[in-house]
Amino acid sequence: MKKKYSITSLIQNSLSDNENWGKMWRSPNPKKHYDVVIVGGGGHGLGTAYYLAKHHGVKNIAVIEKGWLGSGNTGRNTTIIRSNYLWDESAHLYDHAVKLWENLSEDLNYNMMFSQRGVLNLAHNEHDIKEIKRRVSANRLNGLDTMWLDKKEIKDLVPIMNTDNLRYPVLGAAYQPRGGVARHDAVAWGYAMRADELGVDIIQNCEVKGIKTDNYKVEGVETTKGFIKSSKIGVVASGHTSVLAATAGVRLPLQSRPLQALVSEPIKPVINTVVMSNAVHAYVSQSDKGELVIGAGTDGYNSFTQRGGYDVIEETVRAIVELYPIFGKMKMLRQWGGIVDICPDASPIISKCDVEGLYFNCGWGTGGFKATPGSANVFAHTIAKDEPHKINAPFALSRFSDGRLIDEHGAAAVAH
Amino acid sequence: MILIKCPYCGERDQSEFENGGEAHVIRPKNPESLSDKDWGEYVFYRNNPKGIFYERWVHSHGCKKWFNAVRNTSTDQILKVYKVNEKRPDLSEFQNTLKSPSGEPSVGSGNFAVKK
Repeated sequence: MKKKYSITSLIQNSLSDNENWGKMWRSPNPKKHYDVVIVGGGGHGLGTAYYLAKHHGVKNIAVIEKGWLGSGNTGRNTTIIRSNYLWDESAHLYDHAVKLWENLSEDLNYNMMFSQRGVLNLAHNEHDIKEIKRRVSANRLNGLDTMWLDKKEIKDLVPIMNTDNLRYPVLGAAYQPRGGVARHDAVAWGYAMRADELGVDIIQNCEVKGIKTDNYKVEGVETTKGFIKSSKIGVVASGHTSVLAATAGVRLPLQSRPLQALVSEPIKPVINTVVMSNAVHAYVSQSDKGELVIGAGTDGYNSFTQRGGYDVIEETVRAIVELYPIFGKMKMLRQWGGIVDICPDASPIISKCDVEGLYFNCGWGTGGFKATPGSANVFAHTIAKDEPHKINAPFALSRFSDGRLIDEHGAAAVAH
Repeated sequence: MILIKCPYCGERDQSEFENGGEAHVIRPKNPESLSDKDWGEYVFYRNNPKGIFYERWVHSHGCKKWFNAVRNTSTDQILKVYKVNEKRPDLSEFQNTLKSPSGEPSVGSGNFAVKK
């Protein structure tokens, strides 16, 4: 039954002490056969199932998740959303996502807490200025709302920032007002709930152990709850995608690394935008609870340990304290790591492969959250039609043999 | 945060080292006769196992020498360190602690150092 959230449902449920909200989705036992199986119950996977059911009329879909929904990178990122990428292909893909974000709460009737508070990318030296101004121009040619801000304008936006008295002074910034943050759990839950209403089976706590193929054609997935037959399988397992691909005999150009984030104790509102800096590697925003949400860099080696090294956080916190001396005595509450799959050109792979019926949506590296709705939307198209949408066609696996790389290393406004 | 035993300097913090990716990748002898796909494989594709991984490290803030290591990427436990001119140890020397290809090791993800 369709669950509708409104002011009346809020009042009604508050009268019964919020005890009667009911489950947001079913937890069915897996069937023997599905038309499409999505491996990975994060935002990208659940969104894919939702768009497959809603736009492409696929009825019999399962999403299989090893842990609980959003327990991977969907719940581990710093929730930043922007589309100010240098290359046309990336700008189209990420802005497709931003446009979907703008209506997602309404589309799913579930509050994404999407807040377009703007994203700043700081320039700290002459090279940064040139690189960022070039990117601002490229963005504007692609119809994006990015603009160049000088030091005074930055100070007006973020008064607590120390722009002068530091080793790498702040000289200017790119600013995208349509960028911002959203609540990452809500993305998984919203998609899950509406996909479930459209008949998608969401199977949690069920690990896919391998993908079974026969003569370059998929047959199904071997899971901890038995074998599930399917002729189309979409793998959206972030850090573990290459591990799963290997069970089907497919090799992907991915390397899995821990990426860390941390949050501080909650404080009163001090920063009402998202500030990112590539050169000193620090990004920060403030959550609605008042915590500073801080993103660190990746560790320098492959690992699946979901924790990461202390020296990486130290480097980030050092830069944060220099940029915002006011945070010098704050305490950090939590730190965690997620396993990101990084492509050689720091752009994702949304593609078919040599095995018929096997599709990959991976390689999002350090920046997949912002793309969730766009990625899910074009991946659903790719699976349903067995050919890519024009937005994700450049993100094919074949670019690693024909050389059409989309090199967003450094060009993407943050270091990968 | 892991400790790495440099074969020349002894045990040091990982932050003194830089990782050089997969070890034992051999440059094709006949690049001109390779197809684009095969050349792409050599340039862009590296193994990325969850479990036993052969990799290169350089002690960049120390002796600056390269060496190889075998590490379990699911626990970060370093199983063996050997010099570049030493023979690649066989996979059968090491015990893979993973319950399934994408599963967690028996001691829990990344908690090897604390949960021994």
